[in-house]
Amino acid sequence: MASTNPASGGDAAKVTAAIVGPGNIGTDLMYKLLRSELIDPRWMIGVDPSSEGLRLAAEKGLETSHEGVDWLLKQDVLPDLVFEATSAYVHREYAPRYAEAGTRAIDLTPAAVGPAVIPPVNGDVHTGADNVNMITCGGQATIPMVAAVSRVAPVSYAEIVASVSSASAGPGTRANIDEFTRTTAAGVESIGGAQRGKAIIILNPAEPPMIMRDTIFCAVPPDADREAITASVHAMQAAVAEYVPGYRLLVEPQFDDPSHATGQMTKVSIFVEVAGAGDYLPTYAGNLDIMTAAAARVGEGIARTLIGASR
Amino acid sequence: MTDINALPRTWSADHGSDPWGDLDLRLTDTCLRDGSHHKRHQFVPEEVEAIVAALDGAGIPVIEVTHGDGLGGSSFNYGFSATPEQELIKLAAKTATRAKIAFLMLPGVGTKDDIREAQDNGGQICRIATHCTEADTSIQHFGLARELGLETVGFLMMSHTQPPEVLARQARVMVDAGCQCVYVVDSAGALVMEQVADRVSAVVAEIGGQADVGFHGHENLGLGVANTVIAARAGATQIDGSVRRFGAGAGNTPLEAFIGVADKLGWRTGVDFLKVVDAAEDVILPVMPEECTLNRMTLMMGYAGVYSSFLKHAGNAAERYGVSGAEILLEAGRRKLIGGQEDQLIDIALKLRDGN
Repeated sequence: MASTNPASGGDAAKVTAAIVGPGNIGTDLMYKLLRSELIDPRWMIGVDPSSEGLRLAAEKGLETSHEGVDWLLKQDVLPDLVFEATSAYVHREYAPRYAEAGTRAIDLTPAAVGPAVIPPVNGDVHTGADNVNMITCGGQATIPMVAAVSRVAPVSYAEIVASVSSASAGPGTRANIDEFTRTTAAGVESIGGAQRGKAIIILNPAEPPMIMRDTIFCAVPPDADREAITASVHAMQAAVAEYVPGYRLLVEPQFDDPSHATGQMTKVSIFVEVAGAGDYLPTYAGNLDIMTAAAARVGEGIARTLIGASR
Repeated sequence: MTDINALPRTWSADHGSDPWGDLDLRLTDTCLRDGSHHKRHQFVPEEVEAIVAALDGAGIPVIEVTHGDGLGGSSFNYGFSATPEQELIKLAAKTATRAKIAFLMLPGVGTKDDIREAQDNGGQICRIATHCTEADTSIQHFGLARELGLETVGFLMMSHTQPPEVLARQARVMVDAGCQCVYVVDSAGALVMEQVADRVSAVVAEIGGQADVGFHGHENLGLGVANTVIAARAGATQIDGSVRRFGAGAGNTPLEAFIGVADKLGWRTGVDFLKVVDAAEDVILPVMPEECTLNRMTLMMGYAGVYSSFLKHAGNAAERYGVSGAEILLEAGRRKLIGGQEDQLIDIALKLRDGN
């Protein structure tokens, strides 16, 4: 019996999950969870009966409802996990009720109710938490690289620039762009290990759509070991590529000596591209893919502890 | 005045006691914001004080002061400010006796907190810039700015990339969010005469009577003044420029020249032509690292439709990696980079160096 939730009727092999929010993120996540050996995505919850995501979920055999989380929490059988892909506002409202119901929440909004998780950096740390936060797509793509630098050299300042195609930026991102920059910058500091962090996001409408690109700038001491930084960056690229195969370095990390142009700091520049798996949106939407792939990975980590605890 | 927009102006409606309430056109000088690119963001307080005093004395009604990439622009990606922009805004507001101080912000770079701070420092006009297809990223910022009682302006950047009807729809999004004047912004200096008229006319048709329309030009094809005259004839009533062209790329519309032209056309700008010409020569020019000129690099920007502030960054990358700056700019045009993607110029330079 996998489930630790007394109200859950999950089968023996997997923990059960609900996806709340059948938009781009929620729908892409569904395809990933359908492949999981540890998680059974059983419900897709929305608020709009005409939602494309709900229709696709029903097609895949999920139980769907457009009556929101209130409907989900009224069911006799409750999920072990809930993946929240709505908005920060909605998640803040429902987080206490998930906790009350004994359902673990993996939050894909910038609500930051629970601790933030970047799989290759602190993925093992919070598997026991009631609620974990996935920061932002830009954070998932860049914070691993800040951490890759900060684990071999002190980073006094890190700045990330995330460029995504307009087509892949949904209404949530657009309406809350300040939350994106604020939440990402906070993660650059708290998980990336930079003393000070800054985040910039650009939505580019080029056709055909551009593949997500991210640039990570770190300020390090002038005597930092450049070979060690480069090796650490390559190792981190490989670690992220385990769950996002399209995550690659565009060029070797660049080092600039202190000058006027670097604000008198030694600057490390890291350039990555994130191609998606093409589960729901096409491969240009690497920003979606890295978010949902990371959430699935974090969910599986939690699932492992639940399964382990119940055996 | 038969050839100029007769619609009510938002600035006279909202600012009845404004000394410039009865102007035909309201001018904004942006050498302390767009010029920040040319200056590599190295303005110091004495320079800002001198320029604000000179422009204010000549009767320029609005002076924009911010990092070239807007509030929060001081960064590795865009260049660090020598003096924090909020200090410069505060100083400008203290120095100006009549002119209003405007500031720029780009959603995704700056935040609402930056807007609040700029207002606390005396900024009165909040100008919010998005790429010309992404107006819906500015909604929360217009909402806040109006709530704070700031006057609002929206910038549709890189307007040459979209047809008139798209710009009109995007202008509508901004106005519905609380924007009081939408600018057609020719960030790449790539628009040619009728293309300006078509775009401005379409935006006037959509929002005229509810909000003003503005035009912000660059000189990369040498058309700043001509395009601005055409914009005014098409109904733009708020006009940007920089005295001595002090702006990104080949610079902005030279404001003193446009003021002279407006005088000849009988358009009231409220600016003393002789005083602004003196200011250009005696005060602004000495602050400029060099004149803004048409050369291989800046012409390429107008020709290929490249965001003007890429100029210095392309130059840096060309020098660092031993490749052609003009080729970097052409590739930036081919990749359809937009404002803010300065980081990608380094990738382009490396690809050019390695021959792939």
